Amino acid sequence: MSILVGPETRLVVQGVTGREGDFHSRAMQAYGTAIVAGVTPGKGGQTALDGTVPVYDTVAEAIRETGANTSCIFVPAGGAPDAVMEAAAAGIATIFCITEGIPALDMIPAVEMVARAGARLVGANCPGATSPGSAKVGIIPGSIHREGRVGVVSRSGTLTYEAVQAMTDAGVGQSTCIGIGGDPIIGTTFLDILKLFAADDATDAIVLIGEIGGAAEETAAAWAAEHLADIPKVAFIAGRTAPEGKRMGHAGAIISGGAGTAASKVAALEAAGFRVAGSPTELPALLRDAGYRG
Amino acid sequence: MKIQEADAKSLLVAQGLPVPRWEVAHTVHEARAATQRFLTSGASAVVIKAQVLVGGRGKAGGVKLAAGPDEAERVAAAILGMDIKGITVRKVLVAPAADIAREFYMSAVLDRAAGRILLMGSAEGGVEIEQVAADHPEAIIRRHADPLLGLLDYQAREFAFEMGLGGHLKAAVAIAKGLVRTMLAYDADLVEINPLAIVREADATGAIVERLVCLDAKVTLDDSALPRHPELEALRDPDEEDPADREAREAGLTFIKLDGTIGCMVNGAGLAMTTMDLVKRAGGEPANFLDIGGGARSDRVAEAMRIILADPKVNAILVNIFGGITRGDEVARGLIEARSVQTRDVPMVVRIVGTNAAEAATLLEQARFATATSLDDAAAKAVAASLGATA
Repeated sequence: MSILVGPETRLVVQGVTGREGDFHSRAMQAYGTAIVAGVTPGKGGQTALDGTVPVYDTVAEAIRETGANTSCIFVPAGGAPDAVMEAAAAGIATIFCITEGIPALDMIPAVEMVARAGARLVGANCPGATSPGSAKVGIIPGSIHREGRVGVVSRSGTLTYEAVQAMTDAGVGQSTCIGIGGDPIIGTTFLDILKLFAADDATDAIVLIGEIGGAAEETAAAWAAEHLADIPKVAFIAGRTAPEGKRMGHAGAIISGGAGTAASKVAALEAAGFRVAGSPTELPALLRDAGYRG
Repeated sequence: MKIQEADAKSLLVAQGLPVPRWEVAHTVHEARAATQRFLTSGASAVVIKAQVLVGGRGKAGGVKLAAGPDEAERVAAAILGMDIKGITVRKVLVAPAADIAREFYMSAVLDRAAGRILLMGSAEGGVEIEQVAADHPEAIIRRHADPLLGLLDYQAREFAFEMGLGGHLKAAVAIAKGLVRTMLAYDADLVEINPLAIVREADATGAIVERLVCLDAKVTLDDSALPRHPELEALRDPDEEDPADREAREAGLTFIKLDGTIGCMVNGAGLAMTTMDLVKRAGGEPANFLDIGGGARSDRVAEAMRIILADPKVNAILVNIFGGITRGDEVARGLIEARSVQTRDVPMVVRIVGTNAAEAATLLEQARFATATSLDDAAAKAVAASLGATA
């Protein structure tokens, strides 16, 4: 098996009729993801993606009619938190929110409502997840993957692609690749994903791609030291040369008062048994050094 | 977005918080006039504070007392024009000097790890809270606002009692709730009062009474929420924003100027940081951080190129695009468009992979751009081009 997305995924795309929703839904379909429904309020009864997918007015209706269990959200920032809450309340188990630029305070009630519904939110401002060979949800280009047994988790979007491409080029395949998102408030953390990988029998090694700011990498490292002691673990941290006090695009990526620096993260990861790469291209070689034979 | 103390205080006043009077002065003359008004209305002295967005202005000599109009003029003359961490002071805040009985710290902040609003307080006010957190973490009182209901009355009461503000319970509860309300009203990341102070004041009869007031205010706003608060955009201080930063922001780009020679254009914050790291690792110095964002069209790419080239130190450019939501051919078109109008020619290394990379490669080849396949290779080529330019 893989985690979060796989052959069991029955996807509803919220915002399927928009420019981004349409473009990336086609790519997901081409990859083999089962898109069973789209939701655009007011366009219920129409179809999307060249007539292959029915569009509903509400997520609840989409679930009733199609048995959707996973959602991917391309709704603009103003409506995205509401779309997250709608999906959770309707009974979607796994919600990926791709939308960027959502005001941070809007995500507080959304994350709470997801927790109360017992659902999982990945993102917002995330690229989604791919389980190579079975399904992809989100905007990660399908071409970069190769089937394999390394679990990849990252805070970034395009940096994830870079790292995964380097792995694929070196013949190192992936079980599942997940971007958790760079916003200050996100639904799923590094630690949450490491716990899922630890329990996944298709994952034999871990790649963690972090960046400066916050302490999420350190928290995950501490857990991994104890619970993932026996499997190969490698990491990359972006922002070694970033100046202090500047927000480097991601709201989360800011060094303040010496906390959240690349140095502190690298030290915590190395202490926890991770091998830390100086460039994303070094990740596959480090995996082999760490004993990965996939 | 950071805003000046005076603007932060205005937001607090609008939310009903107790803030003593103040005036903003841009000249020595205005500072003197403001001082005279405060002295006439009963103040025994004024405090004059540099209005800059960097911390540590007190230590830098940017906060001083003045007992009369002449002294206020001298103090204002010393502070106006002063350089504090590279920022020239262009205005000061003038306020009646407070008779402080006791100082506290109180703030509402976005707690990223918990995903909630966190109210923090300490009976050790007027000092840097980071220092208190390091030396006496137990001296900081914390309460998370409910994610759906906000800060509840009983939480504010508990918080006030723990801070030792039982003697000013009503005011402390109102301020605690007011900080959270201010945060929500303006989509702030941080609303900080340091110091929150018990001050002695004369009441209407001339008797001395104690009152809890906000003597300082620091507010930072969530950039992602600014589109829905157009009135707050006016609080952006043009004196403290680099013109290139402003142009980039208006074009929808995230740009941070650095000191090096290699201009970087990248999509995605994490990859942009990585590209900078690899430029440095290859022996070069990045001139900037520039994230063109997700789904950038050709016009945004052309604008990004213009901003990079406006920095005279830039002698090589590295474009690194890994298409996902961004389409490689759009970026290639933008680069071609930018080159057709640019006035300065510097060597450029372009790497475009991912979504529509093949179409991009065709366009770039036709336009004879220097390209690279791997990120390490691209960084090495850009560094070589930059060193070649200086040699």
